[in-house]
Amino acid sequence: MILKGKAWKFGDDINTDDIIPARYLNTIEPLELAAHCMEDVVPEFVKKVNKGDIIVAGKNFGCGSSREHAPIAIKAAGVSCVIARSFARIFYRNAFNMGLPIFESEEASNNINEGDVVEVNADSGIIINLTKDKQYNAKPVPPFMQELIMAGGLMEWVGRKLKVES
Amino acid sequence: MGMTITEKILAAHCGKELVEPGELINANVDIILANDITAPIAIKEFKKSGAKKVFDNNGVVLIPDHFAPNKDIASAEQCKILRDFAKEQKLNLYFEVGRMGIEHALLPEQGIVLPGDLVVGADSHTCTYGGLGAFSTGVGSTDVAAAMITGELWFRVPESMKFIYRGHLKKWVGGKDLILHVIGDIGVDGALYMAMEFAGEVIDALDMAGRLTMCNMAIEAGGKNGIIAPDKITEEYVKQSIVFSPESIKKKGYKFYQSDIDARYTDIREYDCTGLEPLVACPPLPSNVKPVGKLSNITIDQAFIGSCTNGRLEDLRIVAEVLRGRKVHPYVRLIVIPATQRIYRQAINEGLIETFLDADAAVSTPTCGPCLGGHMGILANGERAIATTNRNFVGRMGHPESEVYLSNPAVAAASAVLGRIASPEELR
Repeated sequence: MILKGKAWKFGDDINTDDIIPARYLNTIEPLELAAHCMEDVVPEFVKKVNKGDIIVAGKNFGCGSSREHAPIAIKAAGVSCVIARSFARIFYRNAFNMGLPIFESEEASNNINEGDVVEVNADSGIIINLTKDKQYNAKPVPPFMQELIMAGGLMEWVGRKLKVES
Repeated sequence: MGMTITEKILAAHCGKELVEPGELINANVDIILANDITAPIAIKEFKKSGAKKVFDNNGVVLIPDHFAPNKDIASAEQCKILRDFAKEQKLNLYFEVGRMGIEHALLPEQGIVLPGDLVVGADSHTCTYGGLGAFSTGVGSTDVAAAMITGELWFRVPESMKFIYRGHLKKWVGGKDLILHVIGDIGVDGALYMAMEFAGEVIDALDMAGRLTMCNMAIEAGGKNGIIAPDKITEEYVKQSIVFSPESIKKKGYKFYQSDIDARYTDIREYDCTGLEPLVACPPLPSNVKPVGKLSNITIDQAFIGSCTNGRLEDLRIVAEVLRGRKVHPYVRLIVIPATQRIYRQAINEGLIETFLDADAAVSTPTCGPCLGGHMGILANGERAIATTNRNFVGRMGHPESEVYLSNPAVAAASAVLGRIASPEELR
């Protein structure tokens, strides 16, 4: 799978309150959540983001709450994937569980600038910065996580397992 | 090679003699928790999968505590999803408003989580129960849905970091200051993916409220869980809480795990706490920690005492000690929220609530509302609050241009009286 879009650059420790402020969590509708994605950090983000665009951030992306609303809001806003130097633990898990592709790459995080057009090969983890004609590698995804993705997410994986056992 | 408490609990729950950091395991969970923000997505996923029954109607806890008592129609609809699911699945551990409390204060108090348990919750502060010697960690809603169906979940066995606290604590210094000290030291991702084990003579002397507060904030350093070896203090606490346990939990009992002497740690840090002052985390990160004395020129508009971090009876007793015979500053709102119904009742019986009211504080029923900018204490543009909560991110308690400073309950109470960030020492 190839993901391609314009980069939106964020700093370190982008937390779940930045991604989707708690005051909007009295709904679980993806599009309602997407309407407030990143609004306290970049108020114009939702208006200007295009389908396929890519979030590029520093360390500890998604720290804070366990809310799955955060990856849901990012995905529903049209963002195709998130590249960061590192991810907070629960966000990392949630992203895999609900099918938002994420990539850990210090190189890409340091060298991609806001507005660069980026292409990501989700299978190989190779990230190409088309604007700068540079290539970066993402940290390989552990085999079990690949299994989750192949199955289509955690619930599908659980469903298959239950079928095999019964 | 020896194992840590965390490794031992995980091993026991996946039927292995030995587990190693980095290993992926599938483990049985004892308790699964979700609230009115996270349960609706978990229930949606549960239904979508075609599952009919939860794995155990004594193992799933649902608590509407974030936007409850319902703040608006949308919140009411969300809480109703929990109520309907609890009825349909005959859940024995559903806590309605009136019996409800802030989840992480309620579960230990009601003897639902016990030492040695493996607990997952769709709330990042689920790590609180490490204070009891349980392995507990926050997960997302989809993880909760999977666990509700199968009674198990996959885990990566975390590496462990050990924090040893030496010396003794001065008055007005407590669990909150000990954990802020660590987060200030290692940063908000200093323990990313790791177990944080707290030990040393200061921890040995710390009451259960302080231990729960410390483990509560392990997530603020990126930790997977916080954990403290259970001891006599744990035993005393469990004796009182297990009275309320459902029969199924009493029957299962509990187990104390200790780390082996030759257990492996990726890092061991020692702190001398004897001179430690009360600490305050300045916005916008819990790692932005300064001694309270360095912030005495910061005025405040609101003080909030409550939340899963510091809304326990022990916290309220400290607050009453500071407020007794004093008044909240005329330009400050002080909001005090006992974390559970039982704490509320005990606070009334001990005369604490009367002291708060005499001081002109607003006191209300248990809710997580103010902590996450949900309701009952939202900040306006440019306003500043001191709070006993766990996060001070941008816009956490209201307007993105407002500010939250984190402190222990004594500092929050003294600040409410003086109208600026202050140590209780200044009130003498």
